Amino acid sequence: MTATRTPTEPGAAKPVRRPGDRIFAGSAKGAGILILVILAGVAAFLIAEALPALSAPSDDIPGGEGLAGYVLPLVFGTLLSAVIALVVATPLAVAIALFITHYAPRRLAQGLGYVVDLLAAIPSIVYGFWGIAWLAPKLVPFYQWLEDNFGFIPLFAGPTSSTGRTMLTAGLVLAIMILPIISAISREVFLQVPTLHKEAALALGATRWEMVKMAVLPYGKSGIIGGAMLGLGRALGETMAVALVLSVSGGITFNLISSGNPSTVAANIALEFPESSGIDVNTLIASGLALFVITLAVNMLARWIVNRRADFSGAN
Amino acid sequence: MAKRIDVSDLNIYYGNFLAVEGVNVSIEPRSITALIGPSGCGKSTFLRSLNRMHEVIPGARVEGKVVMDGQDLYGADADPVDVRRQIGMVFQRPNPFPTMSIYDNVAAGVRLNSRKMKKADLDDLVERSLKGANLWNEVKDRLDRPGSSLSGGQQQRLCIARAIAVEPDVLLMDEPCSALDPISTLAIEDLMTELKERFTIVIVTHNMQQAARVSEQTGFFNLNGVGQPGRLIEFNPTEKIFSNPDQKATEDYISGRFG
Amino acid sequence: MSLQTSPTSTGASADDATAGRSRRRLPQWASVAAFLAAALVAVLLELLGEFNIALVVIYTVVLGTVAAYVVSRVVEGRRKATDRLVTCLVVSAFGIAVVPLVALVWTVVGRGIERLDGEFFGSSLVGIVGEGGGAYHAIMGTLIITLLTTLISVPIGLMTAIYLVEYGRGRLKRSITFLVDVMTGIPSIVAGLFAYALFALFFGPGIRLGIMGAVALSVLMIPVVVRSAEEVLKLVPNELREAAYALGVPKWRTIVKVVIPTAIAGLGTGVTLAIARVVGETAPLLITVGITNGTNLDPFDSRMASLPVYAYYQLTQPGVPPEYAIDRAWTAALLLIMLVMGLNVVARLISRFFAPKTGR
Repeated sequence: MTATRTPTEPGAAKPVRRPGDRIFAGSAKGAGILILVILAGVAAFLIAEALPALSAPSDDIPGGEGLAGYVLPLVFGTLLSAVIALVVATPLAVAIALFITHYAPRRLAQGLGYVVDLLAAIPSIVYGFWGIAWLAPKLVPFYQWLEDNFGFIPLFAGPTSSTGRTMLTAGLVLAIMILPIISAISREVFLQVPTLHKEAALALGATRWEMVKMAVLPYGKSGIIGGAMLGLGRALGETMAVALVLSVSGGITFNLISSGNPSTVAANIALEFPESSGIDVNTLIASGLALFVITLAVNMLARWIVNRRADFSGAN
Repeated sequence: MAKRIDVSDLNIYYGNFLAVEGVNVSIEPRSITALIGPSGCGKSTFLRSLNRMHEVIPGARVEGKVVMDGQDLYGADADPVDVRRQIGMVFQRPNPFPTMSIYDNVAAGVRLNSRKMKKADLDDLVERSLKGANLWNEVKDRLDRPGSSLSGGQQQRLCIARAIAVEPDVLLMDEPCSALDPISTLAIEDLMTELKERFTIVIVTHNMQQAARVSEQTGFFNLNGVGQPGRLIEFNPTEKIFSNPDQKATEDYISGRFG
Repeated sequence: MSLQTSPTSTGASADDATAGRSRRRLPQWASVAAFLAAALVAVLLELLGEFNIALVVIYTVVLGTVAAYVVSRVVEGRRKATDRLVTCLVVSAFGIAVVPLVALVWTVVGRGIERLDGEFFGSSLVGIVGEGGGAYHAIMGTLIITLLTTLISVPIGLMTAIYLVEYGRGRLKRSITFLVDVMTGIPSIVAGLFAYALFALFFGPGIRLGIMGAVALSVLMIPVVVRSAEEVLKLVPNELREAAYALGVPKWRTIVKVVIPTAIAGLGTGVTLAIARVVGETAPLLITVGITNGTNLDPFDSRMASLPVYAYYQLTQPGVPPEYAIDRAWTAALLLIMLVMGLNVVARLISRFFAPKTGR
């Protein structure tokens, strides 16, 4: 580590370094800095290409209601679908992580974990295919039942979409997609619970569930939250599955099972971009910038939560 | 080949923490110098500062002078990499390169430094080094097997062969037998006695019998308490240290009345 | 409904309790029995109406859970019953996760296997209306773009990981680590927009090139490579680095000749998994590379086809008659899954067969 001796340290002579070392260390550092540059570049180029839309008169923006009028329903749709996904996926993912770490036979655990990880490996467009062809039609009778019995709740007011390609379906597909992310992080945290804590609980005569409740969940809480936030980040930015599954009509509505749904930012870009030109492209890029900012904030928060936990766990 | 090392007023720091303070010592060529003392007293740190190995830990630095036959190891133009080529090191746990065969492990010093050498010369060097480490007869038929296929004692001798293959002037050994069984330990000790004909050897050991058996000179390191720097308490011929040491602390430590 | 099942189970446990146990506990198979009974009831219920296998499964799980809870509550008390309830819920949760996996693979294989033939691999869509045609151009496009992505991402990712593990200290290291984490969360569509914005600035709007897709995918792949390489390099024992330093080997040679060869299996696994992650990405390619019907093998000249985008357009714009294009779309989706799963298997094989024998 002669390379990084700081000159402020007393008595540190300028160390001799070989050219090979200097070049190699320099290029390694350069690659690291390139990452910073890329990230800054993403922001800078998006801003540069979004600028025309930001300054354009509102009549030129598609929809004719200005940039905010164009982007806001999309942001609403994005948040709605992601929240549905999060609400459905988080409890499931935590339960799965518990199953794999504390309930499944030890010899099977790794294999079962691999099965869940496979869900993460499937390309999102394939989820979209499956959502349209398999899941959406299967959900129609369920939505009908929801409308008949719970129609008084605005969420299920209906009328039920005949294709099943609704906001709720999109949310469910997203839930499946983020399930492995949340469960992987929860699993990692649950495995780090000190055996001592667990044995202490068991020694008090606790049942397995009480042990989990007393020792595992409190310890893993911030890990679960961080994992859920990462899942949220993924759900916010997910594109193809939503673009395929969701049948879009625009507008802001909380009705989850009808055929009138707001689109999401990402799906809207994917659907509109190939056929767009001129100011429309800039508008789409501006909406992408909004998505970038939202996911960046969510991911930073998530990483901050996860890393803070890592600092306290003493695992490193 | 073997060279003497003169250390004067050496302070070793980790960041702002003074780990070893005020060491003055002369290490004789063609002899074995043993360093003993309780854990955490800085004897390994001192050993590693002799070939600038401690610098691989971030924040580590020294004050003072280490001179080998007139060459200032910490001089402004001294390259730590060159220093380490002249002063080899054997570690506590045998650490052959797992991706390399026995042959490649011994040739590693030459190969990794991309020195060009004819195949016959390299063969010769490997054979000479393995013979020097008393390992040739055991491995000559399986030079292409991975180094990690050997037993612990053989692995350690392989590491010694690897170290002497670069033909250093000085060989530092950091508790080379602490991970080995008594028979392997004996083999290494015999080897050290042979090697001292060609190298200056400095060995850190927790085993006082070992120090008494193999070394000519012995240094005793100690520290006054936790957080205090380690110091070289006494440096004398081994016989004197073990029969009639100058310092009370040395006697206490050697006779087991320590602490 | 739960009442119907409880008599059988309580009967069994009552026998057990009278068999000499002072504390009343249900036998091991009590939960299983509850679920079997629930299944029976569910099947009977469904036979009365129209038979729906999904509903049978749902009824079985719900009834079984309720039955197990009630029986346990009566026999073992509240705490044990809650424990059993949670066990049932946790197992069901795993079951729920497996359902989409199985259904998805089943659907895609079922609909895609038909066109997985020689023509699909051998011909493009030039001059194809309706029947026949293939995805040769899209497969080649995916291979070329993925190869380019790997060529861009692996050196940058690996060098960054080397910086973080071997050189990095202080603030720069911390901020790079943090931003790599953040970069993993960049939505793929945003990566596509970035590549488009970058190239549009230099080549004018409406530009579509294969290399743009590779740049976009690199933004997604680099952080994955960095993270996995970092983990693997950290696993290389420090003793090996020290052994090399002690031989007078400069640091950079130590890294190149000792650290990387020792970690090569893990690095290979990580890179393979990173490729698997980007090979199915659709959105960035949709907006940077576009689609074409002919074969274009030059990533620096105009639009290219790629397998995911091909699948997307074949499904959403099938033309007339639609069924042939839709069949091709499903086959492309199947091929994508096979590609991703194949890469996952390769990754596992690499880590199994190329790991150095450390003997520790």
